[in-house]
Formats: sequence, C-alpha cells, structure tokens
Amino acid sequence: MLKINDYEPIVGPQVLEELRLLAGQLSKKRVLHVNSTAVGGGVAEILSRMVPLLNELGVETRWDVIKGGEDFYAVTKKIHNALHGHKQTFEAKDYDVFLEVQEKNLKEMSLDEDIVFIHDPQPVGLVKRKHSLQNKWLWRCHVDVSTPDTNVWHFLRTFVEQYDKSVFSAPIFSQVLSIPQALICPSIDPLSEKNREMPQEEIDVILARLSIPTDKPLVTQVSRFDRLKDPLGVIKAFEQAQKYVEARLLLVGGTADDDPEGAQVLAEVKEAAGKNPDIIILLLPPTSHIEINAIQRASTVILQKSLREGFGLTITEALWKGKPVIAGAVGGIPLQITHKYSGILTHSIEGTSYWLKQLLQEPAFGKKLGENGREHVRQNFLLTRHLREYLLLFLSLYHKGDVVNL
Amino acid sequence: MPLIKAKEPFIFKTQLSLVETTGLKARDLTELSHYLKEVPEASIYYHTHHFLQQHQYLTPEPPNDIAYWVTNVLQEDEIGERLAAMDTVRFNSLGALRDAIVSAIDSYLAKDTQLRKAPPGEEFYFMKCILFTLPTQYKATDLKEFCECLKHVSIHCLYNHIFEGRLRPPLGVNDFSNWLKTSLSEDELAKKIDKLDPYTQTMEGLRKRIIHFIEKQLEDAKPC
Repeated sequence: MLKINDYEPIVGPQVLEELRLLAGQLSKKRVLHVNSTAVGGGVAEILSRMVPLLNELGVETRWDVIKGGEDFYAVTKKIHNALHGHKQTFEAKDYDVFLEVQEKNLKEMSLDEDIVFIHDPQPVGLVKRKHSLQNKWLWRCHVDVSTPDTNVWHFLRTFVEQYDKSVFSAPIFSQVLSIPQALICPSIDPLSEKNREMPQEEIDVILARLSIPTDKPLVTQVSRFDRLKDPLGVIKAFEQAQKYVEARLLLVGGTADDDPEGAQVLAEVKEAAGKNPDIIILLLPPTSHIEINAIQRASTVILQKSLREGFGLTITEALWKGKPVIAGAVGGIPLQITHKYSGILTHSIEGTSYWLKQLLQEPAFGKKLGENGREHVRQNFLLTRHLREYLLLFLSLYHKGDVVNL
Repeated sequence: MPLIKAKEPFIFKTQLSLVETTGLKARDLTELSHYLKEVPEASIYYHTHHFLQQHQYLTPEPPNDIAYWVTNVLQEDEIGERLAAMDTVRFNSLGALRDAIVSAIDSYLAKDTQLRKAPPGEEFYFMKCILFTLPTQYKATDLKEFCECLKHVSIHCLYNHIFEGRLRPPLGVNDFSNWLKTSLSEDELAKKIDKLDPYTQTMEGLRKRIIHFIEKQLEDAKPC
C-alpha cells in the first residue's frame, strides 16, 4: 500500500505539507464515497488510491458501492451512452428500474457521514436522503456531458440540483445548473504501473516481447479504436509525413466489449494501413499497464488526434514521460497542452503531419516541449493535486464566499 | 550589529484555490467583452492570474488566458498582442484591470473589424476560483529567519504574499515589502523587492532574486 510520503521525491515536501494543513482543517469530518463498482474503470481505480491516502492524512473516509441487478446496469449503460450524446430509446419501465434500485439502496445504506460524495449517474438518486440527514452532498460527473441527450439530462438534473455542489472534469462539460460546479481534472498516479519510472532494459524486454522494432523513431497513438480518436486521420497524417521522414507509426489500443462500432473501426484502420510496413497495429487488453508504459517511453512522438475529448489521460501519461505530444485542440485538451509551450495542438490532418515532421526533424524542440509538459503535469495533473482539490472541495462546503481565511 | 527584531512576526500563509465553472462561454470578441463586464471579480482574477501558478516553470510564460485565447483560437493577433502586453502589475484592483481589458477589446471592436468565431469546443469558458488562505508553520521575526523561511515555503505561499498581497490594503504593495519596511525598517530592501515585476518571471526565479537581495543585505550588515 502506497503512503503519502512515497510521493515526496516526486512532488517535494511542500506539496505534502499543504495537504496535511488542509486535512488538519477536516480532521473531525467523515467522508463517504459512493459509486457503482469496486473494481474496473477509472472511478474505482482513483478511489482505491485516494481513500487510503485521505485516511492516512487524517480525514476519516469510507467507500461504499451500490447494488443493482442486470436490468439496472442495462439502463445505466443506456444513460451513459445518452449522456455521451448517442441516441437511445428509453421506455417508462427503464426509469422505474432506475428509481427502484435507488430506493432499495437507500434502505440498506446509512449515508450519515458529514460529506457524502456520489460518483456518476448510477447512485445519483441517493440524494433523496439529504433532506432528513442534513449533511453535505457532492455529485461528481466523470462522464463527457458536453452534448448530452436532453431528456436524460433533464431526468438526472432533478437529482443533481438537490446536491450542494457538483464536480465536472472539464469546462466543456459544465451545464447550466442551479448549484455551483467545481472543475477538478482527472489525474495520474506517478507511482502506478502505467506511469512509474522504468529502466531501459525493462523497456527493451517488453518491446521485444511485443515484437515492436526500434530501428526507426516510433510515433504512437494509444487509444481505443473509436472514430472520435480519428485513427484514420492519424494514418493519413503519418503517411504525409512519411514522404520526408523515417519513422514507424504504432496504433495501440483495444475495443471495448460494449462498443460494437469498435470492431468496424479496427477493420477500417487495418484496411487503411494496407501493406505499409511502417504502420503497426497492436491490440492490447485493458490491463496492459506496463506495456503501455514501455511503449510510451520508447516513442519519439505521441499523438492524440482526438476529434472530441473531455480530458485525455493518455496525453497526461505521455507528458509525464517527457514526450512531445501532438493532440487535437478539442474539449479539455487545451487545458493539458499549451500550444508550442508544452506540446502541439492541431486542427487538421495536414497540421498534424506538419508538426510531426517538425518534431521528428528537430528533436531539441521536441525535448523542450516534453520537459515543459512533464513539469506542467507535475504541477497540475498528479494524484496529489487531485487530493488537494478534493480537500478544498470538502472545505468549500463549510465556507461561503470566494475568499476563505482559515 | 544585532538584527532588528520585529514586534509582530511575519507569518507565512499559503493560498490554495478551487476552480469553479460559471457556465458562461464566449464564441467571439463581442461575447467576450459582454461577459467580461458581468462575471464576478473572482473570474477576472482567475483568467489573469492562473497561468502564473500553472506554468510557473516556463519563461517566458504564456500571458493571461484572455490574450492566449484571442491570439491562438480567434487568431486576432493585433488585439491579442495588446492584451498580452497589458501591464498587470500596474493595476491595484481587479476592477481596474477588468476595465482596462474591456476597454481594449471595445476599442478594437469599434474599428468595425470582421468578427472571427471560435470553432465549436474551443469557446472561452469563464471560470472563477475560491481562494483559501491558511497559515503555515513558517514564521520570522528578523531578516535572517525571514530569509530561511523563504527557502522552504511553497510556491503557493510565495504567490500569496507577492501577488495577492498587492490586492490587499495597503494596495499595490506586496506583503514582504510591507513587513520589511514597517516592522524591520528595511526601506531600501522593501523598495527593491517591490520593484520586481513578478508577472514576467517564474516563481522560482522570483524566489531566488528575493533571497539574493536579502542575503546581500545580511552580508552588508555584518561588522567588518
């Protein structure tokens, strides 16, 4: 189990001192996190790391999971897709199933902590208990709700507006709400398998195992085979650059079981790559953290040519490894990359190709971008920043106004 | 010569912020100017200062958010440059800073230029922040202790006393210069620190310069 002091060599003693100062202000508060799964998915991953650290800092924190059957998860999956803007058909019984599960869990859960922190739409209806308990309630939306299905959002909003405060991951996700909306970006854990330091020998062994040649500079995009990640655009940009520079394109990803379109996109990507010997398509299971770490570290340039993105975790991961990143200037990505300071933002296939050539031919410029990117992540996108903002969020529930003197 | 001891110690306080979205967004210069006039001062503060904390390792650091968006997204280079060059250090209040930004944009708009719109997803999102100030374990009663603390306090703490201090009474003076002058009678040193433009250097660079000034002062004060 990682301890808070393990982060000191990475973030410095002052960051930890400030976490302890903030936690000291919350030492008498008890916090409960509630989500819908104990394992798998980004929310469970971040909670499994956050909860022990909050307890170690002296903020008594518990994590509970709601119970629901297959019917319920089929409905919440539809809600999830609808929030992403995909058209879904809802029947009256879908809403009944959703509400019944809220009621059932309300009967079984005490929810009497000082702060109840609900994650995502699945347990959103537990807020019904707030009125009788008179405690503080937070709702964190981890989903991209930039263009949600209006009916589904209106249904959820009746619950969301009963909370004291909401939390979104990117400004583009924010909604018109009657309650305050905090902005807390996702973070990466620098000590996790996907991000920890890795000696060159280990990188070499992993690349050899995956049959990835390293005789040419690697240009890599790590993402699902999803149209919104524009893998076909990546291939076009690479092939335009390939006329002038020697490199190899590595498209690393997988397809989610619940994404029927993924297989179709993958087939199109394979067809577009054709017989180009310098394009490698690598399918990896979602647990391939060490492999992704090694591939990112072995790459010369990282691409994330998304057409829509709330927050690109793979960008943060690559920047943390000091790599120059070329990414689409969409959604929350401009918060992660400041163009020509800590990476490159592009709007087109041509722009991506142009900057790819630049970075492959001017490694010193790429190195500077990578160094700035790593510092940007150190200051703003590590787990310790996420912890600090959660502590501030908790404190904000007990203080009014924009300036708080503690 | 013994060091002057202050009657009241300087307590180093850190400042941490929680960002909130306002739900407002601008697609072009007209909307930008419109919302700039109505958003709370906490939003003006956020968009003119957060780059300093988020990009403190960069030199030159990008200018304020507004100039960055106008230049890089709207590609309005002329007004972008004017906004970037705005002498933030000159303004003693956020209200005055807001007026200057709005006035620069409105005079540009009065020239009847063709308006450029931001592509969808790249609009200017207005945010604001809640500022939390809390005392740290560091306190000093003389120049030597002060210098020692400066070496250890966080960037957020430094930021609080240099940037935020200027926006608190006495307006326009950072907390360090104010204490050095009023509690230790170090008028010259206070003036030197006050003359530094904190907006055009990194926080670590600023820390080093202030420490250098104080160490030089301590050295000069030593008996021969």
